Amino acid sequence: MKKNLIDLSHISKTFDGDRVIDDFNLTIKENTFVTLLGPSGCGKTTILRIIGGFLKPDMGRVFFDGKDITELPPEKRQLNTVFQKYALFPHMNVEDNIAFGLRIKKKSEDFIKSKIEYALKLVNLEGYGKRDIDALSGGQQQRIAIARAIVNEPKLLLLDEPLGALDLKLRQEMQYELIRLKNELGITFIYVTHDQEEALTMSDTIVVMNQGYIQQMGTPEQIYNEPENAFVATFIGDSNIVSGKMIEDYAVEISGKKFRCIDAGFGKNKAVDIVIRPEDVEILEPNSPKAILHGRMTHVIFKGEMYEMLCVTDDGKEWLVHSTILHEVGKEVGVYVEPYNIQIMNKPTSEDEEAIDPVVYEAEE
Amino acid sequence: MNSKLRNHLIAAPYTIWMIGFIVIPLVFVVYYAFTNDANAFTLDNVISFFNPIHFKSFVKAFKLAFISTFICIILAYPIALIFRNSKTKKSSFIIYVFILPMWMNGLLRIYAWLTLIEKKGIINLILSALNLPNINIVNTETAIILGMVYDFLPFMILPLYNSLMKIKDDTLNGARDLGANEIQVFTRVILPLSMPGMISGITMVFIPALTTVAISYMLGGGLFLLVGNVIEQEFLTTSNWHLGSGLSFVLIVFIFIVMGITNNFTDKDEEINIV
Ligand SMILES: Nc1ncnc2c1ncn2[C@@H]1O[C@H](COP(=O)(O)OP(=O)(O)O)[C@@H](O)[C@H]1O
Ligand SMILES: [Mg+2]
Repeated sequence: MKKNLIDLSHISKTFDGDRVIDDFNLTIKENTFVTLLGPSGCGKTTILRIIGGFLKPDMGRVFFDGKDITELPPEKRQLNTVFQKYALFPHMNVEDNIAFGLRIKKKSEDFIKSKIEYALKLVNLEGYGKRDIDALSGGQQQRIAIARAIVNEPKLLLLDEPLGALDLKLRQEMQYELIRLKNELGITFIYVTHDQEEALTMSDTIVVMNQGYIQQMGTPEQIYNEPENAFVATFIGDSNIVSGKMIEDYAVEISGKKFRCIDAGFGKNKAVDIVIRPEDVEILEPNSPKAILHGRMTHVIFKGEMYEMLCVTDDGKEWLVHSTILHEVGKEVGVYVEPYNIQIMNKPTSEDEEAIDPVVYEAEE
Repeated sequence: MNSKLRNHLIAAPYTIWMIGFIVIPLVFVVYYAFTNDANAFTLDNVISFFNPIHFKSFVKAFKLAFISTFICIILAYPIALIFRNSKTKKSSFIIYVFILPMWMNGLLRIYAWLTLIEKKGIINLILSALNLPNINIVNTETAIILGMVYDFLPFMILPLYNSLMKIKDDTLNGARDLGANEIQVFTRVILPLSMPGMISGITMVFIPALTTVAISYMLGGGLFLLVGNVIEQEFLTTSNWHLGSGLSFVLIVFIFIVMGITNNFTDKDEEINIV
């Protein structure tokens, strides 16, 4: 059983009268890779800075390894941060940057030297010790920032969108490197990103946030396959979100037709939201006995690994469809969804959830 | 028309201005410095630097310039640091209030200063009103030093402020994160990163202080001859242009040495950055 490393308890933070974080609770276990995922401005950095000690919460407590560290200044916390913009010391070379924390702790120069060598090897930058910071590329600077943090052997590493400024290929390389580091070092990572793919690739646990609230917490598979609300469903990958009615346990009405599903416990004739991933919308011949809905194809785009298509069913609803099989525009089709691919969610009730508007996110991107 | 030629043409007025007002006077200074009344070559004018009166005026000028530069650093650093840290809209307004005197004529500033510290000046009026002993610093070295500090402080604040503003908050947070307390953050990160600004500030305070004529004349009551005053006298009172030029030449050499030393400390890509 893993121990709790970080406990955020009833954290609130207000900037200029604007409540950015409200009664935030989060527990993070030892040796896990936890990702805070959410659109820009949702409060991820604020949470990270509260854990790092650079911001004081207005209310609530921060526990580290069971001890209350809310009042502890950053230099006394057993964790290190890799900042969003690299924050390396521009007046020092690579070696001196990496040695900074160790020199503060008055370690011997021999020890420091071996640590530098070890850290440079770990981030694949052997022989770069004497270089100036501004002679490094963005990716190299980022790796030095990570090296500078890990030589201090923190129990916890905080990373704030560390790969945000890198191009796609470098980002993917770095993602693998971070996973490797986490496995080699066995430290806990709290990783902040607005990139859902990155989160799905690297994390043991994903915490989806919006407007300062946790929307859902779970493994990447849970977050992707069983989104708990419309925001999570839209934010993580493409999806069809439709209104429907839970007829009874294991049966739901979509577009006036009855579908079998695997969810129960919602009650009878209860209005619900339904998430269906585009790759789970099955397009059939119109006369196929399996077909539940009927419609015709209206758009096709070739995306490389698959076709992205739109199908409008007889009731006027538009369905996003991903498939490796092409269905030409104008073709009459039947539509079917397997029961285990139908994800039922409660309709939003509280004001907080009402505020979740997936469209806002799309506009920001 | 090729672009090189065009650039030359655009620069022409400036080039002419430079030649007319900087190069030609310098050539004259050098010419007079190494000739005598009979227009014959001589080293006497330059060597007269070792004349005790002249030598003393150099030493005194260096001493006062050094002290006032030092005081400027001590005063300007906390001010610049406070402005850097209070990142409100107001602070940029306040910094302008601080550097506003820079656009005022230097002589006027010294007159203003004089009316403050005179025997019957404003400071003494206030002190009298409070039944406190009056200060009497006009015509002392202290008055000259304070005058220099008053006159040149903005030229220290501004480059320091500029270089402090370039330090990112997360660079400082990074140092805290790695275990540095506030003093260590200052000595290991803020101070070294502000060196370019401090060097610019030193150049911009030390050299005017070294060569000042007006401050020592007005606040020192003619009792304290600095090298600038000696040179002025040679030109205007004694009308010995050769001797004046000889001493000017020596002073220019010293200034080049000072600038050479300070340039060595400055980043290559760092420019002196006024507003
Ligand atoms: N120092 C600050 N002063 C005022 N507002 C802030 C400050 N830091 C963050 N905010 C606001 O708090 C909200 C959350 O910011 P942040 O935590 O940086 O979001 P994220 O990292 O998820 O993009 C944003 O609306 C942002 O404008
Ligand atoms: Mg952020």
